[in-house]
Amino acid sequence: MSYSNKVIDHYEHPRNVGALNKDDPSVGTGMVGAPACGDVMKLQIKVSDSGIIEDAKFKTYGCGSAIASSSLVTEWLKGKNLDEAQMIKNSQIAEELELPPVKIHCSVLAEDAIKAAVANYRSKH
Amino acid sequence: MSLKLPIYLDNSATTKIDPRVLDKMMPFLTEEFGNPASRSHSFGWTTDKAVEHAREQVASAVGADSKEIIWTSGATESINLALKGAASFYQDRGRHLITIKTEHKATLDTMRELERTGFEVTYLTPETNGLIDLSKLASAIRVDTILISVMYVNNEIGVIQDIEAIGSLCREKNIIFHVDAAQAIGKIDFSLEKLPVDLMSFSAHKCYGPKGVGALYVRRRPRIRLLAQIHGGGHERGFRSGTLPTHQIVGMGEAFEIAKTDISKELPRIKKLRDNLLTGLQSIEEIYVNGDMKHRVPHNLNVSFNYVEGESLIMAIKDIAVSSGSACTSASLEPSYVLRAIGRNDELAHSSIRFSLSRFTTEEEIEYTVRLLNDKVAKLRDLSPLWEMFKDGIDVSSYEWQEHGERDIILHN
Repeated sequence: MSYSNKVIDHYEHPRNVGALNKDDPSVGTGMVGAPACGDVMKLQIKVSDSGIIEDAKFKTYGCGSAIASSSLVTEWLKGKNLDEAQMIKNSQIAEELELPPVKIHCSVLAEDAIKAAVANYRSKH
Repeated sequence: MSLKLPIYLDNSATTKIDPRVLDKMMPFLTEEFGNPASRSHSFGWTTDKAVEHAREQVASAVGADSKEIIWTSGATESINLALKGAASFYQDRGRHLITIKTEHKATLDTMRELERTGFEVTYLTPETNGLIDLSKLASAIRVDTILISVMYVNNEIGVIQDIEAIGSLCREKNIIFHVDAAQAIGKIDFSLEKLPVDLMSFSAHKCYGPKGVGALYVRRRPRIRLLAQIHGGGHERGFRSGTLPTHQIVGMGEAFEIAKTDISKELPRIKKLRDNLLTGLQSIEEIYVNGDMKHRVPHNLNVSFNYVEGESLIMAIKDIAVSSGSACTSASLEPSYVLRAIGRNDELAHSSIRFSLSRFTTEEEIEYTVRLLNDKVAKLRDLSPLWEMFKDGIDVSSYEWQEHGERDIILHN
């Protein structure tokens, strides 16, 4: 598997690894994928009173592309409002990371993780 | 001494050619180029002598007579010739064959091909330690069973099957017994004088010889018959036609002789290195050794690292050259069928690493490998939501994972 330099950079220096308190009302948590499928992403967003994502954290079990995809979206999410966050498309992630065709599902999973985190936050409000 | 990276720990895939082997081969790539089948001049006489000397070397390394050794292009061809050759010769006796699910693809794919031509094959499941339960094998035998094929040493998990017991059972039932010994040379000291085996397949490049050459042992007493699979010229007494590659054969002979001579001093050294590796990895939580540790060659260690995904683990440890049971490293996109057959779940099969050591592996290389694995597994687990769940006391296997379709429904509610 030959990866782009961007994937290798995110893989070797993942951004925003960690966890936020899932019981905090200002935090939305999304967990997608399944271990048997080889990928699980947990994405968390912390949303300010004015509706802006002020922090994002992730943990990912998966291949280098899955780790890079989730690392990348945590960077993109910060500073966006929820509607803008939901506009992030898997194709943008795949393009940015130059994912090979067999790894497109990693970007799909990252998009799903954003939607799940936003939905979880909204369910609390 | 400075360490050279990457460190090669994939010796079950292939080994580095031993310099002593290469020295013997070189003249046959330059001055001694004659065709060993040329009977009319000294060029042919010289290379024929070299080929027959190598045949003696291979035969004596495995306790056989040189007339029982047939040169082939490698273990895959030997296995094809043994299985197809014996099955087609003896098909009037019966058309049932038995093998094990954890065999090499050279055996499994050949069996599939024989099924296509009208044979019936039973694929036995080994026990969770990778070994065969002899009573299960015995009960799989039918009146029309003509051949059983079992590998001596498994290429992925290194376990050693009880060839003597299986062979005795075959003798008792008058069934032909083929053994794939590609991974056994230099690792197990055995003699075909004592082992009740009818056909045995060998490879040169798994024991510091060149690629592209192998041999098939065909027992003479009691005599085993085969139908040739490659025709043209009647070389190798008609069993396998084709001009003999003198340089490779000479290399195989030397490699087998060295394997036999050095085995007693090599095994304890390699075992010590393997045990250091295992001890060093055991400081990592949630690791699982795949395959029996007692009935196992010292060259092999196969370990699954729970809660770490296989491909990212391979990426993280690129300073060492190893194999993985992960789908991502294979052409088939399936996790290791060997680990699945011994009952490992997909996750553990995906996160398995096979370390295979050689006579060239050093203590420093093993120390480096232990440090690397400890560091990188810890790093990947810091990244892993499954590890976090495990640490929080949540049972990952009974957690309700939402599949794609279900999740969409939940989101749109």
